[in-house]
Amino acid sequence: MYYLGLLIEYLKNYMKTRLTYRADFWVEVISDLLFQATNFIFILVIFMHTDSLGGWNQNEVVFVYGFFMVPFGVFSCFVNMWGFSERYIVKGEMDRVLTRPAHNLFQIFLENVDPPSLVGSFIGLIVMAISGSNLGLPFEWWTLPMLILLTLSAVAIYTGIYTTLTSLSFYSDAPTGILPLMYNIQTYGRYPVTIYNRAIQVLLTWIIPFAFVGIYPAALFLHRDEMRTMALLTPLVGVVFLSIGLMAWSFGVKQYKGAGS
Amino acid sequence: MLGAYFDFIRIRFLTMLAYRVNYYSGILIYTLNIGVNYFTWKAIYGNGESLGGFTGAQMTTYVAVSWMARAFYFNNLDREISTDIRDGSIAIQFIRPYNYVLVKMMQGLGEGLFRFMMLMIPGMVIAVLLFPVQLPAEPSAWAGFLVMLFFSFLISSQINIITGLSAFFVENNEGMMRMKRVVVDLFSGLIVPITLFPDWLSSVLKVLPFQAITYLPGSVFTGRVQGVGIWNVLGIQVFWFLLLLIPIVWINHAARKRLFVQGG
Repeated sequence: MYYLGLLIEYLKNYMKTRLTYRADFWVEVISDLLFQATNFIFILVIFMHTDSLGGWNQNEVVFVYGFFMVPFGVFSCFVNMWGFSERYIVKGEMDRVLTRPAHNLFQIFLENVDPPSLVGSFIGLIVMAISGSNLGLPFEWWTLPMLILLTLSAVAIYTGIYTTLTSLSFYSDAPTGILPLMYNIQTYGRYPVTIYNRAIQVLLTWIIPFAFVGIYPAALFLHRDEMRTMALLTPLVGVVFLSIGLMAWSFGVKQYKGAGS
Repeated sequence: MLGAYFDFIRIRFLTMLAYRVNYYSGILIYTLNIGVNYFTWKAIYGNGESLGGFTGAQMTTYVAVSWMARAFYFNNLDREISTDIRDGSIAIQFIRPYNYVLVKMMQGLGEGLFRFMMLMIPGMVIAVLLFPVQLPAEPSAWAGFLVMLFFSFLISSQINIITGLSAFFVENNEGMMRMKRVVVDLFSGLIVPITLFPDWLSSVLKVLPFQAITYLPGSVFTGRVQGVGIWNVLGIQVFWFLLLLIPIVWINHAARKRLFVQGG
């Protein structure tokens, strides 16, 4: 309850700062959509030159992409750790966060809420609806609850991975290039993983499990039975990776000695 | 005076060297990016012989070279400049007896040299070992590639500087910076070679500067462009380098008049 109150206060604050930079709000929405559009263009360009990608047709790949956008939007809205090292470690703001009563990681999430990202989730739902109806996908009784469950699981996976990577900055105060590059790699989880070489499949499934934020859960709605087991594993992977992230984080916080002035 | 600018290169290089451990993960991640792109393209090719004038082998080389070039030319000058503007430290930089933009360029070069040695070269070696990349044999191709790579760096940094300086005009240019990153990666031909785009889009991209960053040098290196074509490519790069100087000089000039420090 206390945390819900905090969330509302931070959102109010967010609105106030945003109204100061009004034009920028729209620039950000547009740049988010443009980022998604580039990946979309990639898919469209691919299917201008081929009919199938590892046995998946254009509508299926577009549907997977639509699903991929939904959890990514939710994640970017509530768990935005971009620039954590510069802001909290180098400038020493972590000291301020640590002296407050609310949990430190939660405060950092709150201080960086980014509601424009949710626009991407809505567009993802629309993309799913359009390509789903092109494919004649049935709307089952479990579709909606599964969509919610799998979205939350995927958000947990993202949060786990990025929290783990961000907690590395407790050990080294140099800006790392890892996060932006991860953003590149995560988009590969939306392609049929079977096209990749075995090593990359294992990597995308078990080590940095980005296949679980796109292709596996989406396969469930596409009635791709060969991936059903993997789709149903998504919540478990979410729990495991979120726990790893939280553990890495609290371990890092304990190591933290303060690098700011 | 020139010596002072060289010092900026040297100092940035040494600063990067102090934090080099971070770059070991960079090598891994760039290699992974090449790997995933390689397998995606392999699946797209299927049994096909060629796509948009690229054979499968050329595409592999193109992907590897493009990502490795990015490992060299990529920098965060836009973010550095906009931070200087937002926290007001640019006011001090402006009254110092050097040219701010030139200093940024030199720092970018220092970082580039570091990335060249610690990220691009080792990454290239790994990529060649892992994937069927075909490197040209003649030394002239390598020399030409290095020159073109240098211009890729110049043009990419110029675009970064323009994006960074835009913080003078839109107080928070976070969105602009993100948009730039996306536009450069897509329209430079890093993600999709420009010949594979639909005709209307590729003809638009041919009159934009982005192709000079990745697509043109990559085409030369994979052997798709040969002979006189190489000089054309170099000409296009020089042309864009010179043309982009105009907005930089203009914005830099206008910015001095517009400068107001928010807080600080």
